[in-house]
Amino acid sequence: MTMPRLAIEALSAVSLRDGNRPILRRVSLVVGTGEVHGLVGESGAGKSTIAKAILGIIPSQVRVTSGRIGFEGRDLLSLSSGELRAVLGRDIALVPQDPSTALNPARRIEAQMTDGLRLKRGFSAAEARRRARALLDEVQIRDPDGVLASYPHQLSGGMRQRVLIAAAFGLEPKLVIADEPTTALDVTVQKQILRLIRALQERHGTSVLFVSHDLGVVAKICDRLTVLYMGKVMEQGSTAEVLTSPRHAYTRALLAANPRYDRPDAGLEPTPPAVVAALRAEIAAFDASAAGAADG
Amino acid sequence: MEYRAPQPATAAVDDARRPPSVAVRLARDPKVVCAGGFILVLIVLALAAPLAAPQDPLAQNLLMATVPPVGFTGAEPGFPLGTDGLGRDVLSRVIYGTRVSLTVAFTAAGLACLIGSLLGLVAGFFGGVGDALISRLVDVWMAFPPVLLSILLIAVIGTGLHSVILAIVVIDWTRFCRVVRTETMGQAQMDYVVAARAIGFARPAILFREILPNIAPVLIALLTLEMGIAVVVEAILSFVGLSVSSDTPTWGGMIAEGRQIVHEAWWVLAAPLAALFATVVAFNQLGDGLARSLDPVLRR
Repeated sequence: MTMPRLAIEALSAVSLRDGNRPILRRVSLVVGTGEVHGLVGESGAGKSTIAKAILGIIPSQVRVTSGRIGFEGRDLLSLSSGELRAVLGRDIALVPQDPSTALNPARRIEAQMTDGLRLKRGFSAAEARRRARALLDEVQIRDPDGVLASYPHQLSGGMRQRVLIAAAFGLEPKLVIADEPTTALDVTVQKQILRLIRALQERHGTSVLFVSHDLGVVAKICDRLTVLYMGKVMEQGSTAEVLTSPRHAYTRALLAANPRYDRPDAGLEPTPPAVVAALRAEIAAFDASAAGAADG
Repeated sequence: MEYRAPQPATAAVDDARRPPSVAVRLARDPKVVCAGGFILVLIVLALAAPLAAPQDPLAQNLLMATVPPVGFTGAEPGFPLGTDGLGRDVLSRVIYGTRVSLTVAFTAAGLACLIGSLLGLVAGFFGGVGDALISRLVDVWMAFPPVLLSILLIAVIGTGLHSVILAIVVIDWTRFCRVVRTETMGQAQMDYVVAARAIGFARPAILFREILPNIAPVLIALLTLEMGIAVVVEAILSFVGLSVSSDTPTWGGMIAEGRQIVHEAWWVLAAPLAALFATVVAFNQLGDGLARSLDPVLRR
């Protein structure tokens, strides 16, 4: 086991708008140095909340009730906003979900790529430009100068995502949060983007927390997986272990729900009612014991 | 049908290689070129009024009163647009009148824009108590009749160029504040703002570096429109005698004087009216053209 870079411990969060409904239920996960860690679950499972909690951009209606987010020995949750800003962009970077909206439509790619380099790495304008050019080369963009001079709407979705990946890895962070980076892309582009993230991650020794709802995607890129359901960790382990011999009924149901091209009639089945009932009971039991612990 | 080989994903900016620079785009827009050119001519005329005007705009000559413009019977050389009831050269007075109109247009609209946009940016981006206070202030402000407010204001602080500018700023900052607040709120929801926060940018930096460029096209269009409005407001205040003193030529003042003798000398009314009309149209068209060619998504 490698040395942990990100260690989330017993993170709990509730939605204030929804009568303090729990969103995260004592989630713990560890991302080692140079590891790609997949965070999987259906929508609403709390994947994005975890990503946002790390980046300190939790929406106002969500409150973290307990737990810590350990990053290099410091608890990110206890940092002041100024201290957190110093960490973000230098040690932690984000590859956002939707490349069509994550780039500023009014600014050229060059300005957007050099911002972080100049502000966070202290590059001069000329150095930042050279570096941005080199980064675009690294993500296999054929005409870096043309792309640097472009506005986002002049690029395709895949190109934009490459630019965003280049910008994130270009800051040479220790941890990259990839929030469903391939969801908005078509399948052929998806594959290239995954390969790219993996290659950059290996070259720079970056740890990646890869958030996804797509088991097919995480199978290709992740070393280890955390399966989340209703804000509770269902299963954790190496990707091969979890996907080939899932221990938890939910993971099995999730795998069965994955469409299969070789057997069009299989998959796409709803989660069996018995599994759902068992899951609900498990969550309810957990909530009851958590409430009991809080009272006692 | 022509067969086109599939393009690899990396050949991205093939159709739009180097996008044209802002200057090139502006130079290609007929509205910007025509209206901007007209306003540029006005600026030059205002600056070089002593050189451009054929006569002293204040020199009275009762023997030369109500001389008609060139081409009409009784026209005199040296008075291309005729003279007014006191024998002053109409063209020279229209040229000197651009000074007051443009001064008011640029300073009043500029200050209203600055104050209104800053408040709008803060209200729209930070929300909370500040937003509530600013928004209520705008609501109350807009409920007050603007003509009454400006006349009241000038009655209190006295007439003069500064008072006219102040009156316009005090009334019209709300226009900017409202639009900018709404635009800012919309932009603040965008993913690129989240992405900027995830790189650890401070909120003021995000507001001015990320959001402001996105609302700049709207802001510039609004600013140019406001310049046209300011020109009209100044003319109205001059017309009712609440602007600069009557020995400074203004279009509004000339319109007021011309109105009294319109049956004997229509040109005294027509010349400043035409100048006013053309200027306001030019500002509006310029605003329209700028909005179109500055917007990075609309321009293609």
